[in-house]
Amino acid sequence: MVILEPMPDSSLETPEPAAQAPSKPTLLELLSAFTQVSLAAFGGALPWSRRMIVERKRWMTNDEFNETFALSQFLPGPNTINFSVVFGSRFGGAPGAAMALLGLVGPPLVVVLILGALYERYGDIETLGHILAGIASAAAGLLVASVGKMAAPMFMRKWNSGPPIAVLAFFGVAIMHWPLPYVFLGLAPASVLLAWFKR
Amino acid sequence: MNQNPLWTLFSLFAALSLFAVGGANAAIPEIHRVAVNVMHWMTDKQFADMFAISQLSPGPNVIIVALIGYHVDGLAGAAVATVAMVVPTCLLAYCAARTWDRFKDAHWRVAIQSGLVPVSLGLIGASGFVLARAADHNVVAGLITAATAATTFSTRINPLWIFAVAGALGFARLV
Repeated sequence: MVILEPMPDSSLETPEPAAQAPSKPTLLELLSAFTQVSLAAFGGALPWSRRMIVERKRWMTNDEFNETFALSQFLPGPNTINFSVVFGSRFGGAPGAAMALLGLVGPPLVVVLILGALYERYGDIETLGHILAGIASAAAGLLVASVGKMAAPMFMRKWNSGPPIAVLAFFGVAIMHWPLPYVFLGLAPASVLLAWFKR
Repeated sequence: MNQNPLWTLFSLFAALSLFAVGGANAAIPEIHRVAVNVMHWMTDKQFADMFAISQLSPGPNVIIVALIGYHVDGLAGAAVATVAMVVPTCLLAYCAARTWDRFKDAHWRVAIQSGLVPVSLGLIGASGFVLARAADHNVVAGLITAATAATTFSTRINPLWIFAVAGALGFARLV
């Protein structure tokens, strides 16, 4: 990737804040990025969205991605769908949201319907089940790694309320099997209050 | 059953679209209850197969609703189920995003946003854990999960290569 030196003249115009992500996607780039994410995304779209947006395109920093994803997770409904709408609308308004959504849902829909039609016709094939089992194990590992990457900066920072809250949420849902809404309603207000009184 | 199946599909998934906090996988038990126990659209085995196919397919997990719709009423069923599951939550997300961006610098927004991040990370961590427990029935499967996590955490390798290896191990009946 070639990074262009800023022209001396252009620096006279309004300077961009340094922390901002370097480039903004166009509508077509949104469609193509989310299409690629959706076609690669086996076992959930989160790891693939993060890989595309943070690591490859650098449209967002890790923190911006975490915050946007947290918002879309807190909204009801499928959260990667929400994420595509929130992300797309931030960069391209309503058309941006539509493009991101179309890219994320359209292609997989075609694939899954073809598979569904084959299934209705041919029923179960045992070998397919075994291949699927192998991929499912890898997909779980991929998700674990993504969470690790998203959370690592938070755990590195010097004392903050994040890590204990994250560990509690994990413990409540994964180990205690408490219903997710209870865990969420129990922890989110406390976490927001702590963030409010910080600084 | 004198109700139009398309209408039943629509009302089921539109409601789920707005109440499924925690994503498609959190809605699976409710979809199962309605599709298998209440409407008798399919058997338990068929439902499990459809879940597996939706996992095998690329894309967001939510596309399982298209498979169920297809099973119930062909392409029309698939279209109705998908639109019902996706559109209401998208409209809400769009409005939320606009409101959210308008209060970009408000202290309350910053607090809510940064307060939600750790909760969200803990919940995603929990889904990783639950998925791994569901998928890893033997030692090889556990090793695949661990190796995938370690490799993708420390490198930027395209995970599809790892999936190919994992699928091959499954094909060899090691998983």
